[in-house]
Amino acid sequence: MNDLGWIDLAVRSARPRVMGALMRYFRDLDLAEEAFQEACLAALKNWPAQSPPHDPAAWLIFVGRNAAIDNVRRQSKQSPLPPEDELPDRQDTEGDLAQRLDDAHYRDDILRLLFICCHPELPATQQIALALRIVSGLTVQEIAHAFLVSEVAMEQRITRAKARVGGAHLPFESPDEAERSKRLSGVAAVIYLMFNEGYSATGGEALIRAALCEEAIRLARLLLRLFPAEPELMGLCALLLLQHARAKARLDGSGAIVLLDDQDRALWDRGLINEGLAMLDKAVRHHAAGAYQIQAAIAALHARATRAQDTDWRQIELLYATLERIQPSPVVALNRAVALSKVKGPGAALELIEPLADKLDGYFYFFGVKGALLMQLGRNADARIAFDRAITLARTPAEAAHIRLQIEQLMRAPADPPAATKAGPA
Amino acid sequence: MLYAILCYNDETITLSSTKAEDDMVMARLAAVTDKAAQSGKLGPVARLMPTTTATTLRKHGHGKRLDPGAEPPLITDGPFAETKEQLLGFYVIDCENLEEALQFTRDLGQADPGGAYEIRPIASFRPGMIAA
Repeated sequence: MNDLGWIDLAVRSARPRVMGALMRYFRDLDLAEEAFQEACLAALKNWPAQSPPHDPAAWLIFVGRNAAIDNVRRQSKQSPLPPEDELPDRQDTEGDLAQRLDDAHYRDDILRLLFICCHPELPATQQIALALRIVSGLTVQEIAHAFLVSEVAMEQRITRAKARVGGAHLPFESPDEAERSKRLSGVAAVIYLMFNEGYSATGGEALIRAALCEEAIRLARLLLRLFPAEPELMGLCALLLLQHARAKARLDGSGAIVLLDDQDRALWDRGLINEGLAMLDKAVRHHAAGAYQIQAAIAALHARATRAQDTDWRQIELLYATLERIQPSPVVALNRAVALSKVKGPGAALELIEPLADKLDGYFYFFGVKGALLMQLGRNADARIAFDRAITLARTPAEAAHIRLQIEQLMRAPADPPAATKAGPA
Repeated sequence: MLYAILCYNDETITLSSTKAEDDMVMARLAAVTDKAAQSGKLGPVARLMPTTTATTLRKHGHGKRLDPGAEPPLITDGPFAETKEQLLGFYVIDCENLEEALQFTRDLGQADPGGAYEIRPIASFRPGMIAA
């Protein structure tokens, strides 16, 4: 890797810690960002000539803070501009910083920064965009790309989000245990949403939006490194790794959805799966089940099945039932129904989802699953009605195409005994 | 003489690399290790999973000799982080899960109190072969 490549990598990975510390000094997103930019410019200028600093994050914090203070002075014309060569020399910087930077602070710095970006007053999409911009350092162009909107629209969205956060009460006091755990779960939820934004993409968009999944995994790992004993963070991390492991198999060559049962499991990323399983192993030792851990456990059962028919659906159904108790939701019930259909047949599953009809009246998957169950029961006319409704609710061309495929199947085998099961989210 | 070569780097940086960057580094490393392997000089090579997958078992006694099994060990999440103790050796063991690996580690701790073990899953492993 050349110098510039190395500098880019070092700056990218130091960013959350540096921005977190600069936020603590300046208590203002724009000022902190400016300071960070200044520090990056100084790094580009200084690092190639000398050997890279021992602790790039500490260097960037020190230089960024000084540069921003100089800027403020310059603007108020109270003191002359300092010559460039007065940038702290490396030995001094690091010796100094060892004293100055309280390492114990820095995990709360990063958590605070994430928590500010994930401010509850912001709509979820703005939370994700702001976190990607501020914490991950993606460019507005990259974020706009990932959200499939224009750069101008994304710029506005981020500016609005910053203004709203700037006007809100920001949490600069040191968190106590209860506050820290509240912040953690808020941030975890946004990381999960960020992942899903990328994961739900289909077609040509999928490759572009995979960046969101990778960034979510990077942030989840970062948080877990800072808070190593949180079972739900382990669960979240495991869940994201296990889901992302299937990315290559989820879409076919034309970008159409391939359901779990039909995926080529050789395309699953074993490295990510093994890491996810190891993480889940650690989580369950704590005997403190939570929603992320349960979802990870479900993903793990899929990952462990070498062939689709080896899947332990009974266990999956039990896990969905537990998840439903912790986090009651018609969507979870729907997933449970899919698992139940594998264990007890489509009739039992249909019975389970009938009461959900009101709540899920506008939900694509409800009618997709319902249609598939009816088709398995040979109730083809009813299945057709459900599939037609699903198509009108499809959010992407890939979803609609997937249902059309099933309708074709229906037409080929009118009112005949069960076709292969095609149900549920991939 | 057999030498163990232990790899250290900043994980925040290595985990920020793109797949392409990582593949490039791995290919360059393979060029080096393949040469040693061809001459029958390369033993096991392992790449560890990130420290987020690590678990640490702290034995009681802190360097003092205790009667084996006098106190149960303390198990914590995360990597071994003390700097006042030094890396003295390592084991590679094939286990079904973390619990089995922990049981083996507890047994080691019974046999030799004091200090700590870090249990870290291995991401990739090549057994290697050293010419006798």
